[in-house]
Amino acid sequence: MSKYETVIGLEVHVELHTKSKIFCGCSTEFGAPPNTHTCPVCLGHPGVLPVLNRQAVEYAMKAAMALNCTIGDVSKFDRKNYFYPDSPKAYQISQFDQPIGLNGWIDIEVNGETKRIGITRLHLEEDAGKLTHVDGGFASLVDFNRVGTPLIEIVSEPDLRSPEEARAYLEKIRAIMQYCDVSDVKMEEGSMRCDANISLRPAGQQQFGIRAELKNMNSFRGVLRGLEYEQIRQAEILDDGGVVEQETRRWDETQGKTLSMRGKEEAHDYRYFPDPDLIVLHIDDAWKESIRSTIPELPDARKVRYAEEFGLTAYDAGVLTSAKPLADFFEGSLAFTKDAKAVANWMMGDLLGYLNSNNLELSQVKITPQGLGEMVGLISAGTISSKIAKTVFKEMLESGKLPGVIVEEQGLVQISDEGAIKAIVESVVAANPQSVEDYKAGKQKAIGFLVGQVMKESKGKANPGLVNSLLAELLNG
Amino acid sequence: MSITVKDVQHVAKLARLQLSPEEEAVFTEQMNAILQYAEKLNELDTDHVKPTTHVLHVSNVMREDIVKESVTQEAALLNAPEDEEGQFKVPAVLE
Repeated sequence: MSKYETVIGLEVHVELHTKSKIFCGCSTEFGAPPNTHTCPVCLGHPGVLPVLNRQAVEYAMKAAMALNCTIGDVSKFDRKNYFYPDSPKAYQISQFDQPIGLNGWIDIEVNGETKRIGITRLHLEEDAGKLTHVDGGFASLVDFNRVGTPLIEIVSEPDLRSPEEARAYLEKIRAIMQYCDVSDVKMEEGSMRCDANISLRPAGQQQFGIRAELKNMNSFRGVLRGLEYEQIRQAEILDDGGVVEQETRRWDETQGKTLSMRGKEEAHDYRYFPDPDLIVLHIDDAWKESIRSTIPELPDARKVRYAEEFGLTAYDAGVLTSAKPLADFFEGSLAFTKDAKAVANWMMGDLLGYLNSNNLELSQVKITPQGLGEMVGLISAGTISSKIAKTVFKEMLESGKLPGVIVEEQGLVQISDEGAIKAIVESVVAANPQSVEDYKAGKQKAIGFLVGQVMKESKGKANPGLVNSLLAELLNG
Repeated sequence: MSITVKDVQHVAKLARLQLSPEEEAVFTEQMNAILQYAEKLNELDTDHVKPTTHVLHVSNVMREDIVKESVTQEAALLNAPEDEEGQFKVPAVLE
Protein backbone atom coordinates (compact mmCIF):
# COMPACT_ATOMS: atom_id res chain seq x y z
CA MET A 1 0.00 0.00 0.00
CA SER A 2 2.84 2.41 0.67
CA LYS A 3 3.29 2.86 -3.06
CA TYR A 4 0.19 5.06 -3.07
CA GLU A 5 -1.10 7.75 -0.83
CA THR A 6 -4.82 7.65 -0.07
CA VAL A 7 -6.76 10.92 -0.11
CA ILE A 8 -10.19 11.04 1.50
CA GLY A 9 -12.75 13.79 1.99
CA LEU A 10 -16.03 13.24 3.84
CA GLU A 11 -19.49 14.72 3.51
CA VAL A 12 -21.40 14.18 6.71
CA HIS A 13 -25.13 14.78 7.05
CA VAL A 14 -26.48 15.34 10.54
CA GLU A 15 -30.20 15.56 11.34
CA LEU A 16 -30.90 18.42 13.73
CA HIS A 17 -33.26 17.41 16.51
CA THR A 18 -35.75 20.24 16.25
CA LYS A 19 -39.33 19.42 17.19
CA SER A 20 -40.78 20.63 13.89
CA LYS A 21 -39.51 20.54 10.30
CA ILE A 22 -37.27 23.19 8.80
CA PHE A 23 -39.90 24.99 6.71
CA CYS A 24 -43.24 23.93 8.20
CA GLY A 25 -44.80 22.92 11.52
CA CYS A 26 -44.98 19.17 10.89
CA SER A 27 -43.44 16.99 13.58
CA THR A 28 -40.02 15.46 13.04
CA GLU A 29 -40.75 12.56 15.39
CA PHE A 30 -39.31 9.25 14.17
CA GLY A 31 -41.42 6.12 13.70
CA ALA A 32 -44.90 7.55 13.03
CA PRO A 33 -47.22 5.76 10.54
CA PRO A 34 -46.25 6.73 6.96
CA ASN A 35 -47.37 10.11 5.63
CA THR A 36 -48.95 11.30 8.87
CA HIS A 37 -46.40 14.10 9.42
CA THR A 38 -46.93 15.97 6.19
CA CYS A 39 -48.69 19.11 5.01
CA PRO A 40 -49.01 21.04 1.75
CA VAL A 41 -45.63 22.76 2.39
CA CYS A 42 -43.48 19.66 2.82
CA LEU A 43 -45.49 17.77 0.19
CA GLY A 44 -44.50 20.50 -2.26
CA HIS A 45 -48.00 21.55 -3.27
CA PRO A 46 -48.23 24.59 -5.52
CA GLY A 47 -48.72 28.01 -3.97
CA VAL A 48 -47.35 27.22 -0.52
CA LEU A 49 -44.71 29.26 1.28
CA PRO A 50 -41.91 27.75 3.36
CA VAL A 51 -40.99 29.66 6.55
CA LEU A 52 -37.63 29.00 8.17
CA ASN A 53 -37.42 27.39 11.62
CA ARG A 54 -35.31 29.66 13.87
CA GLN A 55 -34.17 26.74 16.02
CA ALA A 56 -32.74 24.93 12.96
CA VAL A 57 -30.69 28.02 12.07
CA GLU A 58 -29.42 28.35 15.63
CA TYR A 59 -28.48 24.67 15.88
CA ALA A 60 -26.59 25.00 12.58
CA MET A 61 -24.78 28.11 13.85
CA LYS A 62 -23.89 26.32 17.08
CA ALA A 63 -22.58 23.28 15.21
CA ALA A 64 -20.60 25.48 12.81
CA MET A 65 -19.01 27.41 15.67
CA ALA A 66 -18.12 24.20 17.51
CA LEU A 67 -16.33 23.11 14.31
CA ASN A 68 -14.39 26.40 14.31
CA CYS A 69 -16.15 27.71 11.22
CA THR A 70 -16.56 31.39 10.39
CA ILE A 71 -20.24 32.30 10.40
CA GLY A 72 -21.23 34.29 7.35
CA ASP A 73 -22.84 37.71 7.93
CA VAL A 74 -25.28 36.90 5.15
CA SER A 75 -26.65 33.46 4.40
CA LYS A 76 -29.24 32.44 1.86
CA PHE A 77 -31.09 29.42 0.55
CA ASP A 78 -30.94 27.97 -2.94
CA ARG A 79 -32.79 25.33 -4.89
CA LYS A 80 -30.91 22.20 -5.90
CA ASN A 81 -32.83 20.75 -8.81
CA TYR A 82 -33.16 17.03 -9.42
CA PHE A 83 -35.88 14.52 -10.13
CA TYR A 84 -36.25 11.66 -7.73
CA PRO A 85 -39.39 10.35 -6.05
CA ASP A 86 -38.07 11.05 -2.55
CA SER A 87 -38.25 14.77 -3.30
CA PRO A 88 -41.82 15.96 -3.92
CA LYS A 89 -40.88 19.46 -5.16
CA ALA A 90 -38.29 18.13 -7.66
CA TYR A 91 -35.79 20.35 -5.86
CA GLN A 92 -34.20 20.35 -2.47
CA ILE A 93 -33.88 23.60 -0.54
CA SER A 94 -30.20 23.83 0.32
CA GLN A 95 -27.46 26.45 0.44
CA PHE A 96 -25.06 27.02 -2.42
CA ASP A 97 -22.66 29.95 -2.21
CA GLN A 98 -23.57 31.49 1.15
CA PRO A 99 -23.70 28.67 3.68
CA ILE A 100 -24.03 29.16 7.45
CA GLY A 101 -20.39 28.23 8.15
CA LEU A 102 -17.06 28.29 6.24
CA ASN A 103 -13.41 27.39 6.83
CA GLY A 104 -13.50 25.38 10.02
CA TRP A 105 -11.34 22.60 11.42
CA ILE A 106 -11.19 19.87 14.03
CA ASP A 107 -8.29 17.94 15.51
CA ILE A 108 -8.27 14.17 15.34
CA GLU A 109 -5.94 11.70 16.96
CA VAL A 110 -4.70 8.55 15.22
CA ASN A 111 -1.94 6.35 16.67
CA GLY A 112 -1.21 8.94 19.32
CA GLU A 113 -0.64 11.71 16.81
CA THR A 114 -2.81 14.78 16.54
CA LYS A 115 -3.76 16.01 13.10
CA ARG A 116 -5.85 18.99 12.04
CA ILE A 117 -8.54 18.34 9.44
CA GLY A 118 -10.01 21.27 7.54
CA ILE A 119 -13.75 21.76 7.17
CA THR A 120 -14.67 23.46 3.93
CA ARG A 121 -18.22 24.39 4.83
CA LEU A 122 -21.36 23.65 6.80
CA HIS A 123 -24.74 24.34 5.29
CA LEU A 124 -28.40 23.87 6.16
CA GLU A 125 -30.80 21.89 4.00
CA GLU A 126 -33.92 19.76 4.12
CA ASP A 127 -33.98 15.97 4.24
CA ALA A 128 -35.71 13.83 1.60
CA GLY A 129 -38.46 11.23 2.00
CA LYS A 130 -37.97 7.51 2.43
CA LEU A 131 -38.32 4.99 -0.39
CA THR A 132 -39.10 1.30 -0.03
CA HIS A 133 -38.72 -0.80 -3.14
CA VAL A 134 -41.56 -3.27 -3.80
CA ASP A 135 -42.97 -5.48 -6.56
CA GLY A 136 -39.64 -7.10 -7.29
CA GLY A 137 -37.98 -3.72 -7.75
CA PHE A 138 -40.50 -2.39 -10.27
CA ALA A 139 -42.21 0.02 -7.92
CA SER A 140 -41.38 2.13 -4.88
CA LEU A 141 -43.45 3.25 -1.91
CA VAL A 142 -42.80 6.77 -0.66
CA ASP A 143 -43.17 7.98 2.92
CA PHE A 144 -42.78 11.75 3.23
CA ASN A 145 -42.64 11.95 7.04
CA ARG A 146 -38.91 12.64 6.92
CA VAL A 147 -39.03 15.15 4.09
CA GLY A 148 -38.19 18.61 5.45
CA THR A 149 -36.35 17.40 8.54
CA PRO A 150 -33.53 19.90 9.03
CA LEU A 151 -30.06 18.64 8.11
CA ILE A 152 -26.63 20.12 8.23
CA GLU A 153 -24.08 18.94 5.71
CA ILE A 154 -20.48 19.15 6.87
CA VAL A 155 -17.92 18.96 4.06
CA SER A 156 -14.30 18.23 4.95
CA GLU A 157 -11.21 19.21 3.02
CA PRO A 158 -9.44 16.24 1.33
CA ASP A 159 -7.12 16.11 4.36
CA LEU A 160 -7.72 12.53 5.47
CA ARG A 161 -5.04 10.03 4.49
CA SER A 162 -6.41 6.67 5.62
CA PRO A 163 -9.66 4.90 6.47
CA GLU A 164 -8.62 5.04 10.15
CA GLU A 165 -8.31 8.82 9.96
CA ALA A 166 -11.74 8.99 8.32
CA ARG A 167 -13.19 6.97 11.14
CA ALA A 168 -11.51 9.13 13.78
CA TYR A 169 -12.82 12.26 12.03
CA LEU A 170 -16.35 10.87 11.95
CA GLU A 171 -16.22 9.91 15.62
CA LYS A 172 -14.99 13.37 16.51
CA ILE A 173 -17.78 15.02 14.52
CA ARG A 174 -20.29 12.80 16.29
CA ALA A 175 -18.88 13.65 19.71
CA ILE A 176 -18.93 17.39 19.00
CA MET A 177 -22.55 17.25 17.76
CA GLN A 178 -23.47 15.23 20.84
CA TYR A 179 -21.80 17.71 23.19
CA CYS A 180 -23.54 20.60 21.42
CA ASP A 181 -26.83 18.75 21.76
CA VAL A 182 -28.00 19.53 18.22
CA SER A 183 -28.65 15.95 17.07
CA ASP A 184 -29.05 12.35 18.22
CA VAL A 185 -26.21 11.44 15.79
CA LYS A 186 -27.10 7.77 15.50
CA MET A 187 -25.64 6.33 12.32
CA GLU A 188 -27.70 3.17 12.60
CA GLU A 189 -30.93 5.20 12.71
CA GLY A 190 -29.84 7.54 9.95
CA SER A 191 -29.61 10.72 12.02
CA MET A 192 -25.96 10.86 10.95
CA ARG A 193 -24.91 9.76 7.45
CA CYS A 194 -21.64 9.80 5.62
CA ASP A 195 -20.51 9.88 1.99
CA ALA A 196 -16.85 9.76 1.07
CA ASN A 197 -14.64 10.84 -1.81
CA ILE A 198 -11.58 8.64 -2.07
CA SER A 199 -8.67 8.61 -4.50
CA LEU A 200 -5.13 7.27 -4.62
CA ARG A 201 -2.02 9.00 -5.93
CA PRO A 202 1.55 7.77 -6.28
CA ALA A 203 3.44 8.60 -3.09
CA GLY A 204 5.06 12.00 -3.44
CA GLN A 205 2.78 13.24 -6.21
CA GLN A 206 1.09 16.60 -5.61
CA GLN A 207 -1.86 16.22 -7.93
CA PHE A 208 -4.86 14.24 -6.69
CA GLY A 209 -5.81 11.00 -8.43
CA ILE A 210 -9.25 10.33 -9.90
CA ARG A 211 -11.77 9.83 -7.15
CA ALA A 212 -14.76 7.62 -6.55
CA GLU A 213 -17.70 8.79 -4.47
CA LEU A 214 -18.78 6.23 -1.90
CA LYS A 215 -22.32 6.05 -0.53
CA ASN A 216 -24.43 3.91 1.78
CA MET A 217 -21.95 3.36 4.60
CA ASN A 218 -24.40 3.16 7.49
CA SER A 219 -22.12 2.52 10.44
CA PHE A 220 -18.67 3.49 11.65
CA ARG A 221 -17.52 0.03 10.79
CA GLY A 222 -19.13 0.33 7.34
CA VAL A 223 -17.18 3.54 6.68
CA LEU A 224 -13.93 1.87 7.69
CA ARG A 225 -14.57 -1.30 5.69
CA GLY A 226 -15.94 0.51 2.63
CA LEU A 227 -12.91 2.78 2.44
CA GLU A 228 -10.50 -0.10 3.03
CA TYR A 229 -12.13 -2.06 0.23
CA GLU A 230 -12.04 0.92 -2.13
CA GLN A 231 -8.40 1.61 -1.30
CA ILE A 232 -7.45 -1.91 -2.37
CA ARG A 233 -9.69 -1.86 -5.45
CA GLN A 234 -8.17 1.37 -6.73
CA ALA A 235 -4.61 0.21 -5.97
CA GLU A 236 -5.19 -2.92 -8.03
CA ILE A 237 -6.47 -0.89 -10.99
CA LEU A 238 -3.44 1.42 -10.79
CA ASP A 239 -1.05 -1.52 -10.38
CA ASP A 240 -2.38 -2.96 -13.63
CA GLY A 241 -1.72 0.35 -15.35
CA GLY A 242 -5.44 1.13 -15.49
CA VAL A 243 -7.39 4.29 -14.84
CA VAL A 244 -9.89 4.66 -11.98
CA GLU A 245 -13.27 5.71 -13.26
CA GLN A 246 -14.83 8.78 -11.70
CA GLU A 247 -18.15 7.43 -10.51
CA THR A 248 -20.47 6.91 -7.59
CA ARG A 249 -20.20 3.57 -5.83
CA ARG A 250 -22.40 1.99 -3.22
CA TRP A 251 -21.02 0.07 -0.24
CA ASP A 252 -22.76 -3.30 0.04
CA GLU A 253 -22.48 -4.41 3.65
CA THR A 254 -23.51 -8.03 3.09
CA GLN A 255 -21.23 -8.59 0.10
CA GLY A 256 -18.45 -6.57 1.68
CA LYS A 257 -17.83 -4.73 -1.61
CA THR A 258 -18.38 -1.41 -3.29
CA LEU A 259 -20.53 -1.59 -6.41
CA SER A 260 -20.82 0.88 -9.26
CA MET A 261 -24.12 2.76 -9.40
CA ARG A 262 -24.86 2.71 -13.11
CA GLY A 263 -26.87 5.30 -14.94
CA LYS A 264 -25.01 8.30 -13.64
CA GLU A 265 -22.70 8.79 -16.58
CA GLU A 266 -23.88 12.33 -17.01
CA ALA A 267 -22.26 14.62 -14.48
CA HIS A 268 -24.70 16.12 -11.99
CA ASP A 269 -26.13 19.39 -13.09
CA TYR A 270 -28.22 20.70 -10.23
CA ARG A 271 -28.78 24.18 -11.67
CA TYR A 272 -28.71 25.89 -8.29
CA PHE A 273 -30.47 29.22 -8.05
CA PRO A 274 -31.63 31.38 -5.12
CA ASP A 275 -34.96 30.23 -3.70
CA PRO A 276 -37.36 33.12 -4.27
CA ASP A 277 -39.64 31.83 -1.49
CA LEU A 278 -37.03 32.38 1.22
CA ILE A 279 -35.49 35.69 2.10
CA VAL A 280 -31.90 36.19 3.15
CA LEU A 281 -30.59 35.78 6.66
CA HIS A 282 -28.53 38.56 8.19
CA ILE A 283 -26.51 37.19 11.06
CA ASP A 284 -25.20 40.05 13.17
CA ASP A 285 -22.56 39.87 15.90
CA ALA A 286 -25.10 39.99 18.72
CA TRP A 287 -26.86 36.93 17.36
CA LYS A 288 -23.57 35.13 16.83
CA GLU A 289 -22.44 35.87 20.38
CA SER A 290 -25.73 34.75 21.88
CA ILE A 291 -25.25 31.37 20.19
CA ARG A 292 -21.54 31.16 20.97
CA SER A 293 -22.31 31.54 24.66
CA THR A 294 -24.41 28.33 24.57
CA ILE A 295 -21.54 26.11 23.35
CA PRO A 296 -20.55 23.81 26.20
CA GLU A 297 -17.11 22.44 27.02
CA LEU A 298 -16.19 20.34 23.97
CA PRO A 299 -14.47 16.92 23.94
CA ASP A 300 -10.91 18.22 23.46
CA ALA A 301 -11.19 20.67 26.34
CA ARG A 302 -12.79 18.05 28.54
CA LYS A 303 -10.02 15.61 27.74
CA VAL A 304 -7.35 18.10 28.82
CA ARG A 305 -9.30 18.84 32.00
CA TYR A 306 -9.63 15.14 32.89
CA ALA A 307 -5.88 14.73 32.61
CA GLU A 308 -5.15 17.86 34.67
CA GLU A 309 -7.91 17.67 37.24
CA PHE A 310 -8.11 13.92 37.80
CA GLY A 311 -4.67 12.75 36.68
CA LEU A 312 -6.07 10.40 34.03
CA THR A 313 -3.78 9.22 31.24
CA ALA A 314 -4.26 10.90 27.86
CA TYR A 315 -5.61 7.63 26.51
CA ASP A 316 -8.20 7.13 29.26
CA ALA A 317 -9.24 10.78 29.10
CA GLY A 318 -9.60 10.47 25.33
CA VAL A 319 -11.81 7.38 25.53
CA LEU A 320 -14.00 8.73 28.33
CA THR A 321 -14.64 12.01 26.50
CA SER A 322 -15.19 10.40 23.08
CA ALA A 323 -18.93 10.19 23.66
CA LYS A 324 -20.91 12.58 25.82
CA PRO A 325 -22.93 9.94 27.71
CA LEU A 326 -19.68 8.29 28.80
CA ALA A 327 -18.14 11.56 30.00
CA ASP A 328 -21.34 12.53 31.79
CA PHE A 329 -21.45 9.12 33.49
CA PHE A 330 -17.87 9.54 34.65
CA GLU A 331 -18.49 12.96 36.13
CA GLY A 332 -21.82 11.82 37.57
CA SER A 333 -20.02 9.07 39.50
CA LEU A 334 -17.67 11.61 41.04
CA ALA A 335 -20.54 13.05 43.04
CA PHE A 336 -20.38 9.81 45.06
CA THR A 337 -16.66 9.18 45.39
CA LYS A 338 -13.49 11.24 45.17
CA ASP A 339 -11.48 8.42 43.61
CA ALA A 340 -11.66 9.51 39.94
CA LYS A 341 -8.92 7.13 38.88
CA ALA A 342 -10.75 4.12 40.28
CA VAL A 343 -13.97 5.21 38.52
CA ALA A 344 -12.03 5.61 35.26
CA ASN A 345 -10.47 2.18 35.66
CA TRP A 346 -13.82 0.49 36.21
CA MET A 347 -15.27 2.31 33.21
CA MET A 348 -12.33 1.60 30.92
CA GLY A 349 -12.14 -2.04 31.94
CA ASP A 350 -15.34 -3.64 33.14
CA LEU A 351 -17.91 -1.21 31.75
CA LEU A 352 -16.54 -0.68 28.24
CA GLY A 353 -15.44 -4.31 28.06
CA TYR A 354 -18.98 -5.42 28.78
CA LEU A 355 -20.55 -2.92 26.35
CA ASN A 356 -18.15 -3.79 23.54
CA SER A 357 -18.36 -7.54 23.89
CA ASN A 358 -22.16 -7.42 23.99
CA ASN A 359 -22.42 -4.68 21.37
CA LEU A 360 -24.44 -2.45 23.67
CA GLU A 361 -24.75 1.29 24.23
CA LEU A 362 -24.34 2.79 27.68
CA SER A 363 -28.05 3.64 27.69
CA GLN A 364 -28.89 -0.04 27.32
CA VAL A 365 -27.39 -1.15 30.63
CA LYS A 366 -28.91 -0.36 34.00
CA ILE A 367 -25.89 0.69 36.02
CA THR A 368 -26.05 4.29 37.23
CA PRO A 369 -23.26 6.82 37.95
CA GLN A 370 -24.40 6.71 41.58
CA GLY A 371 -24.03 2.92 41.60
CA LEU A 372 -20.46 2.99 40.31
CA GLY A 373 -19.48 5.89 42.55
CA GLU A 374 -20.85 4.20 45.66
CA MET A 375 -19.25 0.89 44.75
CA VAL A 376 -15.83 2.52 44.48
CA GLY A 377 -16.55 4.04 47.87
CA LEU A 378 -17.34 0.61 49.35
CA ILE A 379 -14.05 -0.76 48.05
CA SER A 380 -11.95 2.03 49.48
CA ALA A 381 -13.78 1.79 52.82
CA GLY A 382 -12.87 -1.91 52.88
CA THR A 383 -16.51 -3.00 52.99
CA ILE A 384 -16.07 -5.16 49.90
CA SER A 385 -12.97 -6.50 48.18
CA SER A 386 -12.20 -5.67 44.53
CA LYS A 387 -12.93 -9.27 43.76
CA ILE A 388 -16.42 -9.11 45.26
CA ALA A 389 -16.87 -5.76 43.52
CA LYS A 390 -16.72 -7.60 40.18
CA THR A 391 -19.83 -9.55 41.21
CA VAL A 392 -21.53 -6.39 42.45
CA PHE A 393 -20.65 -4.59 39.22
CA LYS A 394 -22.16 -7.31 37.07
CA GLU A 395 -25.31 -7.27 39.14
CA MET A 396 -25.53 -3.47 38.76
CA LEU A 397 -25.23 -3.76 34.96
CA GLU A 398 -28.20 -6.09 34.90
CA SER A 399 -30.48 -4.88 37.68
CA GLY A 400 -29.43 -1.28 38.23
CA LYS A 401 -29.63 -1.84 42.00
CA LEU A 402 -27.33 0.22 44.19
CA PRO A 403 -24.23 -1.58 45.48
CA GLY A 404 -25.24 -1.24 49.15
CA VAL A 405 -28.46 -3.11 48.40
CA ILE A 406 -26.68 -5.85 46.45
CA VAL A 407 -24.06 -6.36 49.16
CA GLU A 408 -26.82 -6.54 51.77
CA GLU A 409 -29.03 -8.92 49.77
CA GLN A 410 -26.26 -11.33 48.87
CA GLY A 411 -24.28 -11.06 52.09
CA LEU A 412 -21.13 -9.91 50.31
CA VAL A 413 -19.64 -7.76 53.05
CA GLN A 414 -15.91 -8.32 53.29
CA ILE A 415 -14.69 -10.20 56.35
CA SER A 416 -12.12 -8.04 58.07
CA ASP A 417 -12.50 -9.66 61.45
CA GLU A 418 -9.05 -10.98 62.29
CA GLY A 419 -10.31 -13.81 64.45
CA ALA A 420 -12.66 -15.13 61.77
CA ILE A 421 -9.99 -15.01 59.09
CA LYS A 422 -7.39 -16.56 61.35
CA ALA A 423 -9.68 -19.52 61.90
CA ILE A 424 -10.00 -20.11 58.16
CA VAL A 425 -6.25 -19.62 57.62
CA GLU A 426 -5.47 -22.20 60.29
CA SER A 427 -7.84 -24.78 58.87
CA VAL A 428 -6.46 -24.28 55.34
CA VAL A 429 -2.87 -24.65 56.57
CA ALA A 430 -3.84 -27.80 58.44
CA ALA A 431 -5.57 -29.26 55.39
CA ASN A 432 -2.68 -28.61 52.99
CA PRO A 433 0.53 -29.91 54.56
CA GLN A 434 2.16 -30.44 51.17
CA SER A 435 1.86 -26.79 50.18
CA VAL A 436 3.15 -25.75 53.56
CA GLU A 437 6.15 -28.05 53.06
CA ASP A 438 6.74 -26.62 49.58
CA TYR A 439 6.63 -23.09 50.88
CA LYS A 440 9.04 -23.84 53.68
CA ALA A 441 11.35 -25.50 51.15
CA GLY A 442 11.56 -22.15 49.34
CA LYS A 443 8.76 -22.41 46.79
CA GLN A 444 7.33 -18.91 47.11
CA LYS A 445 4.51 -19.79 44.74
CA ALA A 446 2.95 -22.19 47.20
CA ILE A 447 1.66 -19.29 49.29
CA GLY A 448 -0.45 -18.17 46.34
CA PHE A 449 -2.23 -21.49 46.38
CA LEU A 450 -2.93 -21.21 50.09
CA VAL A 451 -4.28 -17.64 49.72
CA GLY A 452 -6.54 -18.94 46.99
CA GLN A 453 -7.85 -21.68 49.24
CA VAL A 454 -8.61 -19.20 52.03
CA MET A 455 -10.48 -16.93 49.60
CA LYS A 456 -12.42 -19.92 48.34
CA GLU A 457 -13.32 -21.00 51.86
CA SER A 458 -14.58 -17.50 52.63
CA LYS A 459 -16.52 -17.30 49.35
CA GLY A 460 -14.28 -14.41 48.28
CA LYS A 461 -15.26 -12.30 51.22
CA ALA A 462 -12.04 -12.43 53.25
CA ASN A 463 -10.03 -9.20 53.22
CA PRO A 464 -7.09 -10.20 50.96
CA GLY A 465 -4.59 -7.98 52.78
CA LEU A 466 -5.39 -9.62 56.09
CA VAL A 467 -5.29 -13.09 54.58
CA ASN A 468 -1.80 -12.46 53.23
CA SER A 469 -0.39 -11.09 56.45
CA LEU A 470 -2.00 -13.73 58.68
CA LEU A 471 -0.83 -16.53 56.42
CA ALA A 472 2.71 -15.21 56.26
CA GLU A 473 2.73 -14.80 60.03
CA LEU A 474 1.60 -18.38 60.57
CA LEU A 475 3.99 -19.95 58.05
CA ASN A 476 7.04 -17.95 59.04
CA GLY A 477 6.31 -17.97 62.72
CA MET B 1 -22.90 33.18 -26.42
CA SER B 2 -25.00 30.90 -28.50
CA ILE B 3 -27.05 27.81 -27.75
CA THR B 4 -26.55 24.68 -29.81
CA VAL B 5 -28.90 21.76 -30.38
CA LYS B 6 -26.71 19.83 -27.96
CA ASP B 7 -27.42 22.32 -25.19
CA VAL B 8 -31.14 22.01 -25.84
CA GLN B 9 -30.93 18.23 -25.68
CA HIS B 10 -29.06 18.45 -22.37
CA VAL B 11 -31.58 20.82 -20.82
CA ALA B 12 -34.44 18.69 -22.13
CA LYS B 13 -32.90 15.63 -20.53
CA LEU B 14 -32.50 17.37 -17.19
CA ALA B 15 -36.13 18.47 -17.34
CA ARG B 16 -37.22 14.98 -18.43
CA LEU B 17 -38.69 16.32 -21.66
CA GLN B 18 -38.80 14.31 -24.86
CA LEU B 19 -38.39 16.56 -27.86
CA SER B 20 -38.69 15.73 -31.56
CA PRO B 21 -35.88 16.92 -33.86
CA GLU B 22 -38.21 19.65 -35.16
CA GLU B 23 -38.91 20.85 -31.62
CA GLU B 24 -35.22 20.82 -30.83
CA ALA B 25 -34.58 23.11 -33.78
CA VAL B 26 -37.40 25.48 -32.80
CA PHE B 27 -36.27 25.66 -29.17
CA THR B 28 -32.66 26.22 -30.15
CA GLU B 29 -33.71 29.24 -32.14
CA GLN B 30 -36.04 30.53 -29.42
CA MET B 31 -33.55 30.10 -26.63
CA ASN B 32 -30.94 31.91 -28.64
CA ALA B 33 -33.35 34.77 -29.22
CA ILE B 34 -34.06 34.99 -25.47
CA LEU B 35 -30.38 34.99 -24.59
CA GLN B 36 -29.65 37.59 -27.23
CA TYR B 37 -32.28 39.80 -25.69
CA ALA B 38 -30.80 39.27 -22.25
CA GLU B 39 -27.36 40.11 -23.66
CA LYS B 40 -28.50 43.71 -23.70
CA LEU B 41 -28.07 43.74 -19.92
CA ASN B 42 -24.34 43.33 -20.41
CA GLU B 43 -24.24 46.86 -21.76
CA LEU B 44 -24.80 48.11 -18.20
CA ASP B 45 -21.86 48.71 -15.92
CA THR B 46 -22.63 46.61 -12.83
CA ASP B 47 -19.16 46.61 -11.32
CA HIS B 48 -20.33 48.46 -8.23
CA VAL B 49 -23.74 46.84 -7.88
CA LYS B 50 -24.29 44.05 -5.39
CA PRO B 51 -26.02 40.94 -6.75
CA THR B 52 -29.74 40.94 -5.98
CA THR B 53 -31.25 37.72 -4.78
CA HIS B 54 -34.43 39.29 -3.49
CA VAL B 55 -36.19 42.52 -4.26
CA LEU B 56 -37.88 42.69 -0.87
CA HIS B 57 -36.08 44.67 1.81
CA VAL B 58 -36.87 42.25 4.59
CA SER B 59 -34.70 39.62 6.14
CA ASN B 60 -34.69 37.13 9.03
CA VAL B 61 -38.31 36.10 8.85
CA MET B 62 -38.52 32.92 10.87
CA ARG B 63 -40.99 30.82 12.79
CA GLU B 64 -40.54 29.36 16.23
CA ASP B 65 -39.95 25.61 16.56
CA ILE B 66 -43.52 24.65 17.37
CA VAL B 67 -45.26 21.55 16.04
CA LYS B 68 -48.50 22.24 14.19
CA GLU B 69 -51.05 19.70 13.17
CA SER B 70 -50.29 17.82 9.96
CA VAL B 71 -52.87 16.71 7.42
CA THR B 72 -54.22 13.18 7.67
CA GLN B 73 -52.64 10.33 5.78
CA GLU B 74 -55.83 10.12 3.74
CA ALA B 75 -55.62 13.78 2.77
CA ALA B 76 -51.91 13.50 1.99
CA LEU B 77 -52.58 10.71 -0.46
CA LEU B 78 -55.63 12.34 -2.05
CA ASN B 79 -53.79 13.36 -5.23
CA ALA B 80 -51.67 10.24 -5.51
CA PRO B 81 -52.37 8.35 -8.75
CA GLU B 82 -51.61 5.18 -6.85
CA ASP B 83 -51.04 4.34 -3.21
CA GLU B 84 -50.35 1.30 -1.07
CA GLU B 85 -50.01 0.80 2.68
CA GLY B 86 -50.46 4.48 3.35
CA GLN B 87 -47.68 5.41 0.96
CA PHE B 88 -47.37 6.96 -2.47
CA LYS B 89 -46.70 4.28 -5.05
CA VAL B 90 -44.44 5.24 -7.93
CA PRO B 91 -42.62 3.39 -10.70
CA ALA B 92 -39.13 2.40 -9.56
CA VAL B 93 -36.37 4.80 -10.51
CA LEU B 94 -33.08 3.06 -11.01
CA GLU B 95 -30.14 4.65 -9.29
